[in-house]
Amino acid sequence: MEDPRGVGRDKEQIIHSRSTEILLAEYHKKIKEAFEVFDHEANNTVDVREIGTIIRSLGCCPSEGELHDLIAEVEEEEPTGYIRFEKFLPVMTRILLERRYRPIPEDLLLEAFEVLDSSKRGFLLKEELIKYMTEEGEPFSQEEMEEMLSAAIHPESNSIHYKDYITMMVIDES
Amino acid sequence: MSTHDLEDMGCGTSSAKSDRQSEKVLKAALVIQNWYRGYSARLKARHRYALTIFQSIEYADEQCQMQLSNFFSFMMENYTHIHEKDPEIVSRLFGSTSQNNEDKQDYIRLIEVPDSYKGPRLQFPLTFPDIDLLVDAFKQQQILHARYVLEVLFETKKVLKQKPNFTHVTTSPSKEITICGDLHGKLDDLFLIFYKNGLPSENNSYIFNGDFVDRGRNSIEVLMILFVSFLVYPNDLHLNRGNHEDFMMNLRYGFTKEILYKYKIHGKEILEILEDVYTWLPIGTIIDNEILVIHGGISESTDLDLLQRVERHKMKSVLMPPVPLDGDRHTTLKKHKINAMAMPREVKSSTSMSEQLTKHEWEQIIDILWSDPRGQKGCYPNTSRGGGCYFGPDVTSKVLNRHHLKMVIRSHECKPEGYEICHDGKVVTVFSASNYYEEGSNRGAYIKLFYDMDPRFFQYQVTRTTCLKPLYQRISAIETSAIRILRERIIARKTDLIHAFHLQDLSKSGKVSLGQWAFSMENTLGLHLPWRSLSSHLVTTDTDGNINYMSSFQDIHIQKPVKEAQSTLIETLYRYRSDLQIIFNVIDSDHSGLISMEEFRSMWKLFNRHYNIHIDDCQVDELAERMDLNKDGSIDFNEFLKAFDVVHKLDKKHKSKSSFA
Repeated sequence: MEDPRGVGRDKEQIIHSRSTEILLAEYHKKIKEAFEVFDHEANNTVDVREIGTIIRSLGCCPSEGELHDLIAEVEEEEPTGYIRFEKFLPVMTRILLERRYRPIPEDLLLEAFEVLDSSKRGFLLKEELIKYMTEEGEPFSQEEMEEMLSAAIHPESNSIHYKDYITMMVIDES
Repeated sequence: MSTHDLEDMGCGTSSAKSDRQSEKVLKAALVIQNWYRGYSARLKARHRYALTIFQSIEYADEQCQMQLSNFFSFMMENYTHIHEKDPEIVSRLFGSTSQNNEDKQDYIRLIEVPDSYKGPRLQFPLTFPDIDLLVDAFKQQQILHARYVLEVLFETKKVLKQKPNFTHVTTSPSKEITICGDLHGKLDDLFLIFYKNGLPSENNSYIFNGDFVDRGRNSIEVLMILFVSFLVYPNDLHLNRGNHEDFMMNLRYGFTKEILYKYKIHGKEILEILEDVYTWLPIGTIIDNEILVIHGGISESTDLDLLQRVERHKMKSVLMPPVPLDGDRHTTLKKHKINAMAMPREVKSSTSMSEQLTKHEWEQIIDILWSDPRGQKGCYPNTSRGGGCYFGPDVTSKVLNRHHLKMVIRSHECKPEGYEICHDGKVVTVFSASNYYEEGSNRGAYIKLFYDMDPRFFQYQVTRTTCLKPLYQRISAIETSAIRILRERIIARKTDLIHAFHLQDLSKSGKVSLGQWAFSMENTLGLHLPWRSLSSHLVTTDTDGNINYMSSFQDIHIQKPVKEAQSTLIETLYRYRSDLQIIFNVIDSDHSGLISMEEFRSMWKLFNRHYNIHIDDCQVDELAERMDLNKDGSIDFNEFLKAFDVVHKLDKKHKSKSSFA
């Protein structure tokens, strides 16, 4: 006599593994697509400096420190300055499957700005933003700072109204 | 924002803070930095996706262009009507150069420049002040009179004829050289280069590495400045042929149109002599016996010794490969010969035979003009462009070693930064048309070679506004424009796509999975794109992640010039409109812009047969009747094809998720 529940479980498992397979295949294709756009020489390698962009373009947001570790993991034993797709694929697949480095939700981002805006004015002065972003945490490079300022700073008030800024950036992405 | 501002910042904001507060600040900064880096990376990826779309569509279009040459051979074999009525087409397609150009120069001197002409007046023989004069006049949007254009072309041809296939130049401590890539009729980029780097002169040597014309709006002006400068400094300014210095390419990519628009009376003569001038452009330049400068690239079989000896002027167009001397094609050609001989205006087919290159020679030149480097080893056909090859680092090393050279400098491919180095530094790409695909899409660059030093790169970007928009706005604009042209490709294949989706959607739910959708898109459109990432711009997705595949056809349709026509016919005409335009232009050898109904019908039937299009002849007949607006038995095909326009109802995709087309 078979235990009907057991059969049910088996079926479930089969369905489960098949859907995992499909999921995996989809992840692989998604990763391949994102990788290929940066593979300028079409030889299944990308410049190591673009790995961060690729991982983040796949919706994962590791910190700079975490990114550093990931690069160490996918790099060749003797670093060539290039990352091979074969090395990148399993690491990236695992990240997606484990849903690691989830992106920062909007409300948390707003909270962060509010912490920096200690006197609750609803804005940060350009100088304040520069100070926090280049001196605290994982500091921005000059290029990153300038790029952020170009969209964030209102030229007349010379400040960032962070609520509007976040709304604007979120709309741009959706 | 300058460096100065950055260093000057934030002194004296606050003093002592509690440890807890400073930890909170640190965490907050980390959150913002992490979020921003993610945002910025996604922005960068979006920029890449947009460029990938532009490039894939550009190359797919080139592939269609290259395939036309098969159609032309097919046409010659099947469209006897042509040889009976118009031997000129036979000679145009099978490469006999017009011999009578020389007589025409006297005629040009008879063209009068009226007193009312306010544009620049050139003085032959040309001297440095003429370059200055021309640059100033073009900055004020003046147009050079056809008489001068023609004379510059004739003079240029005479001097070019004296040049070898490869020009040898040397640098010295007092003599450096500047190399520019594709300009594509972008006059502002040429002005910017001259502004930054100086006008050409004995002490300021230049190499322009092909693709001077097509695509941009000022091809004739770019060409005139280059040719006039070349005539003043024939030993200090070098011009290499690009794949767009080809009259058949100009038919598709805009230069022919530009000339006929700017020169209504003498346009035809300009086109005729230009066709000839192109064939005399040198193939490449060799600097210090070390650096090979050519437009596209090399192939495994590239043989510079052979290329030095080739009679380069026999290379008329990439669409006119040499006719093989044995097998079926030979008898076909014989048939032509007989037909052509019987013609009133005799085409000497025997001359046209000796006037063609061997297949091997022809391929050698095509490889130089059309190839692209790739990271993968070996040499294989350039499948995305349909011409030339892809060459790997091993091919580069082999060919360079074989000829005792150190480096290849080439152009031909748009690069985001204006230049790119690959193959271990042995291949350098330089591209000088900034904003090539769209405002902000890429920078332009030129290379300076100093004596005994590594090449130095100079980048620039032409901007119309003085104040740059923020990056995200610029990228959004590029992205919108890329998605727009992609949607136009999609709508042109609507019937085929729906068919492909239906094959996947067995339950007729109107939905397919993301993977199925991407598969159908890639296969039907023949474009290799990051479909999964692009899906959000093209289709709506339900909560389970399934694609409402009909949603890519909403808010866009092809405008029908003839209401009754069926959508498959409209899609086909729209899809092949550039090909048809070239075919009609070739038939219309006197550039009248008109072809007879009869010509239209038979050509269309041939086209259907060759491209395997299944459309009833009666539908086409009906269409032809309607196209003949004034009922005089002839069709203005340019106007007709222009009428096929895609209408975008909304530039940004509709937000509602449920609506169907």
